[in-house]
Amino acid sequence: MPISFDLTENSIAARDHYHRMAEEHMRPISRKYDDREHELPTEWVDWYWKNGRGGPPKADLSGPADGFVQVCIQAEELCWGDAALYLRMPTAALGGSAVAAAGTPEQKQRFLAPFRGDGHPVWGAMAITEPGAGSDSAAIQTTAALDGDEYVLNGTKIFVTAGEGASQHEGGFVAVWATVDRSAGRGGIKAFVVPAKTPGMRLVGVEKKHGIRASDTATLVFEDCRVPRENLLGSATVKKKGASKTGDKGFKGAMATFDASRPIVAAMAVGVGRAALDFAREELGRQGIAPRYDAPPHLLLAIERDLMEMEAELQAARLLTWRAASMMNRGRPNNLEASMAKAKAGLAVTRITQKAVEILGPAGYSKKLLVEKWMRDAKINDIYEGTQQINQLIVARRILDYPSSVLR
Amino acid sequence: MIDFEPDDEQQLIVDTVRQFAANEVRPRARECDESRKLPLDVLQQSHELGLVANSLDEAYGGGGCRSALTAALLAEELAWGDLSIALAVLSPALLALPVTDFGTPDQKRQWIPRFTGERFAPASLAAVEPDFGSDPFAPRTTATREGDGWRIEGRKCLVPWIEGGDGVVVLATTDAGPQAFVVPRDAPGLGATPEQNMGIAGLPTVELELADVRVGSDAALECDAGRNVARILQRGRVALAAAAVGVARAAFETARDYAKERHAFGGPIAAKQAIAFKLADMAIEIDGARLLAWEAAWTLDQGRDAGREASLALQQARRIALEVSDAAVQVHGGHGYIREYLPEQLLRNARGFACFEALALV
Repeated sequence: MPISFDLTENSIAARDHYHRMAEEHMRPISRKYDDREHELPTEWVDWYWKNGRGGPPKADLSGPADGFVQVCIQAEELCWGDAALYLRMPTAALGGSAVAAAGTPEQKQRFLAPFRGDGHPVWGAMAITEPGAGSDSAAIQTTAALDGDEYVLNGTKIFVTAGEGASQHEGGFVAVWATVDRSAGRGGIKAFVVPAKTPGMRLVGVEKKHGIRASDTATLVFEDCRVPRENLLGSATVKKKGASKTGDKGFKGAMATFDASRPIVAAMAVGVGRAALDFAREELGRQGIAPRYDAPPHLLLAIERDLMEMEAELQAARLLTWRAASMMNRGRPNNLEASMAKAKAGLAVTRITQKAVEILGPAGYSKKLLVEKWMRDAKINDIYEGTQQINQLIVARRILDYPSSVLR
Repeated sequence: MIDFEPDDEQQLIVDTVRQFAANEVRPRARECDESRKLPLDVLQQSHELGLVANSLDEAYGGGGCRSALTAALLAEELAWGDLSIALAVLSPALLALPVTDFGTPDQKRQWIPRFTGERFAPASLAAVEPDFGSDPFAPRTTATREGDGWRIEGRKCLVPWIEGGDGVVVLATTDAGPQAFVVPRDAPGLGATPEQNMGIAGLPTVELELADVRVGSDAALECDAGRNVARILQRGRVALAAAAVGVARAAFETARDYAKERHAFGGPIAAKQAIAFKLADMAIEIDGARLLAWEAAWTLDQGRDAGREASLALQQARRIALEVSDAAVQVHGGHGYIREYLPEQLLRNARGFACFEALALV
C-alpha cells in the first residue's frame, strides 16, 4: 500500500465517539477537579466504568482498522477533553502495558480480567521512578529477594501515575520494577505485579502538582511486601553485565513498554495542545482574526504567524506520532520513531499552550478559562515517559549508531 | 488507512533518484555554485531518467504517472543533491504542468511534446514580484484584453532562465482576477536582466520586465479560470516544501558525518551531548516537516484543495531548513563558514525559501 493519510471509517467513528465523550463528560468537570486536586472524580469514573469501556458503538470490526493509530486518536480526543481525567480513568494503563508486553497468557488473564469485569472500578499502574532514580532507571534501588515461593520487595517508588487507585482498590495492581541482583545492573531489573492492598505496600502520599491535578501521582513504600513468584513478569534469569542481551525481558521489557507507550503519550500531548489551539483560533476568529494561508511570509501579521506556526507544529507532532504507531501495526521496531514523536510532541505542546496563554492576554491567564490549565497540563508531556532530554539521547544514539557506553 | 511507509514503486523511485543525486548531482554542487553554470550533462541525464517526462500525459509522449506525492519524493532527493541543479532539473514542469492542468488540447499539443523529446528542454514560471509587499496570489502584473489577445505589463523576479527555454508561464491579474499565461521567451517587450542572489547561485534567474507584451488569446490557460493561479502556487509550495526538506537533510547528514569524524577532547564531538542533541533535534524536525509535505502532496492527489496544508508544509519546511542548515554550519565550527564545506552553501540556499514561490511544481 502506498503512503496514505486516509483515516479508516472505523478511526473516524472512533474519533467522533471519543470527541463526544470528551465534550459531554470531561469538559464540564474539568475545572472542578483541577481545583479539588485529590478528590476522586466519581461522576467521571463511574460513568466511564459503566458506559465508556465499550468503545465506539458502531465499530465495524470486519473493516480495515488503523490499529495503534486508532489508540492514538482515542488518546488525543480524550486529552482534548481533559488529560488529567484521562489519566484517572479506571484502566490497566501502563501496568497493563507491562503485563501485555512481558506477561504470559496466564498472567494476562489473571491480572487484566478485573478490568473487563462487572465489579467496581479498578486501576493499574506502573512504578519505576524512585527518589534517586528517574531517567536513569537502571539505577533503581528497590530490591526483590526470592524467599521460598515468594518475592520480598523493599524500597520506595515515587511519581506513580494512578498509584493511589491501583494500590487501594481491590482488583487493581501495580507493576513494580525492582532489582533481584544489584551487581548485575540492568540485567537484574525485573517487573513484579503487586495486587492492590497487598500487605507491605503502603500509600504514603499523593503529589501536589503544577498540572494534571485530577490525576493521582502517588508515593508507594514497599516494606517486606510479599508477592507469589508467579507474579514476576518475564524471565527470572539474571543476565550478568557483558553477557549476551538476548532473551532479557526484565529491563528490556520495561524499555519495550516505552516504545508502545510513548506514541500514546505523544498523542495525549497533541490532544492538550489542540484544546488550546482550537480555543485560541475560535476566540481570535470571533475578533475577525484568521490566518491568511495564501499570504507570503513577509505579509503576515505576528498573530497570524503565531497561529500558523502552532498549527504546523501540532500537525508535525501528530504525524510523527501516527508514524510511530503505524509502524507498530506493521510490526516494525519503532524505538527511534517513538522517541522522536514523544520529544516533538512534548516540546511542541508546551510551547503551543504557553503561546495560547500569551495570545489571549489576561483572559488566558485567568482561571475563568481553561487555557491556563491546559498550559499547566501540557508541561508534564515534556517530562514523563522519558524527558525531552532522554528522548533526545535515544534519538541521538540511534542516528549516530552509538551505544550507551559511547554517548552517555 | 494511515501508513507512511513508501510502497515498492515509491521506494524504487526514491532509490533511483537518491542514487542519481549522490552520484551525479552532489559531486557538481560546489562547482555549479561557484561558477554559476549548470552542468548541462546532468540535466540531460535527468531527462533520460524521465524525472519530469514520466509525469506528463501519455498522449503527448509522457509517462502518464502523475502524482504530487511522487513528485515530492523526487524533489527531496534531488534537492538533497543540490538545490540549484534540482530546480533546473525540475524546471520543465514549471510550464508543462500548468499547461497540463489548465490548458486546452491545442495548448497541450503546442507545448508539452517539447518536454518529452530526446533533449532536455528547460522552462520558466514567473510568480514572484520584486516590489515590497507584493502577493503572488494577487499579482501586480496586469493583463488586459487588447483586440483578439492580451497586453501584459509588470515586473517579475526570481524567474528561472535556463539557456534553451522557449516559454515562461506568467501570473498576472485581469479584470476577472488572477490568471496564468504562457508567454514565448522571445516575445517583444520581454526584457530579462540576470540576477545575482545570496543562494541558488548555480540556477540562472532573471528579473523580468514585461513592457507592452502582446500575446494571442491562446496564451491564457483558461481552464479553472480565477483559481488556476492559486492552484499553481499551492503545487509550488508543496514542491518547495519537499525541496526544503531535502536541503535540510543534506545539512543534517553532513553535520552528522562530520561530528563523528571530528575529534576534540579525546573523542568524536558527536559523543558530546551538546552536539548529539542538536543532531537529534535536526533529525526530528526533518521527519516532521517531511510528513507535512507528504500530507499536502497526498491531499492534492486526492483532488482536494490543499491551500492550508501546502502553506503550513512550506512554512514548516522553510523554517527547519534554515535552522538545520544553520546548525550544520555551527557543528562544523570555523570550517562551517568556509565555502569548501557544504553547509555554507546550504545555509545560503535554505534562506531562499523565505521568498521562493513556484520555483518547482508537483
